Amino acid sequence: MATVNTAWDHVSQNIFKTWLIFAFFTVFTVGVVYILARGLGFGEVGGLGIVGIAMIVAGIMNFISYFWSDKIVLGISGAKPISEKDNKEIYRLVENLCIAAGLPTPKIYVLEDTAPNAFATGRDPKHAAIALTTGIVQKLNKQELEGVIAHELSHIGNRDTLVMTVVSVLVGTIALLADWFLRSMWFGGHDRDREGGNTIFVVLAIVAAILAPIVATLIQLAISRRREFLADASGVLLTRYPDGLASALAKISSDKEPLEAANRGTAHLYIVNPLKGSDVAGALAGLFNTHPPIPARIKALQEMEGKI
Amino acid sequence: MATYIVIAVIVAIALWFLSTYNHFVTLRNRVREAWSQIDVQLKRRSSLIPNLVESVKGYAKHEKQVFEDVSQARSALMGAKNPHEAAAANDMLSGALKSLFAIAEAYPTLRASENFKQLQDELSDTETKVAASRQFYNTNVLDLNNSLEVMPSAIVGQIFGFKKEEFFKATEEEKKDVEVKF
Repeated sequence: MATVNTAWDHVSQNIFKTWLIFAFFTVFTVGVVYILARGLGFGEVGGLGIVGIAMIVAGIMNFISYFWSDKIVLGISGAKPISEKDNKEIYRLVENLCIAAGLPTPKIYVLEDTAPNAFATGRDPKHAAIALTTGIVQKLNKQELEGVIAHELSHIGNRDTLVMTVVSVLVGTIALLADWFLRSMWFGGHDRDREGGNTIFVVLAIVAAILAPIVATLIQLAISRRREFLADASGVLLTRYPDGLASALAKISSDKEPLEAANRGTAHLYIVNPLKGSDVAGALAGLFNTHPPIPARIKALQEMEGKI
Repeated sequence: MATYIVIAVIVAIALWFLSTYNHFVTLRNRVREAWSQIDVQLKRRSSLIPNLVESVKGYAKHEKQVFEDVSQARSALMGAKNPHEAAAANDMLSGALKSLFAIAEAYPTLRASENFKQLQDELSDTETKVAASRQFYNTNVLDLNNSLEVMPSAIVGQIFGFKKEEFFKATEEEKKDVEVKF
């Protein structure tokens, strides 16, 4: 592959990598399902039935959080909507970037919090919302704010709520199957003699049931990080000014104030992880973060400098 | 067996042609829609001009030439039918407005008036909006032109006579603006 440097290259490479992870995830899911089904002593057909049920359950649970993503998240965080009259400058910044991105102007919310941060949510561009803390509006200059808003609008344009929902359904399916399998091992003594429940598959299935949910979560986090890189790069295509976002990221991450409205459930949405000090350090721990490390994001942005 | 393979291949090629054709239709319509968005912003820009001219006229009636230039550029912009004409007219209007604001500079009371300030603010926001919609238009043109050049979709584009579109380029006037900034 050619050397990656322009924002266009970053965008296409991140999209390609998302697909690659998705493909791996699909193969992984199929493999886990097969092993668990064999371990339970089902033939391939019976196993598919169980998978169907698990997918439907996981699907329904995630559909709710997908369909009402804007209302749920905004409700939890306590953000307040603003109109053009309330803050002309912010409203225009968002509106003008939306014109450049070809998106309808989302609802704009402000979070009363001095910690600088921002997020976007909503099931599709027509139901999208973008939220900014009062801290980010005060602490960033216009170019930096523009970079942040472009990043958030890119999440909307890249349909990241949908992408992450699909991922959640897969993770949920695996978690449910593993859970059901372990329960049936515990309570289902009378099923032991069922045809095909051979020992090797039972052992493999126990291992899979314990490890698969963890691996699935790691894949989910890898996709989440990929989408952050992607939103950074697509954001740059809007502003054509990587410096703005780079310096905004540096400012936000060096701000030590924690965001009170954020919790474990909503932390992944923000432009920079709002739970300060919770970023586990070290190479291995990087796997457990929803966001790529700030230095890596800034480095990618600097690569795009002057090459757009 | 061989016949089935031949039929399958023919069906696959036909489906590919169909979907590529539809893809081109989508891209072309996106370019048209993006163009109409520029048009909306350009109209918005021109609709602000009469009020602006009126407010300056109140102070500097004698500057007939400037007012005439502005109104001429404005009607050229209103009548522009394609990106090329619009870019030229928009360029002309930017130049004429520059002279208008230069005149306004000489009248502190005019510059201080709430009405004038608001018009100036609206106008500069509209100029940002023109630039943004132009950026979106160019992105769509790029998509269409790319598909018309890369193989194998270029073949389908050629057969059905899809044409490349013109970018809405930065005008000479704006290039000068940038130079002044640095």
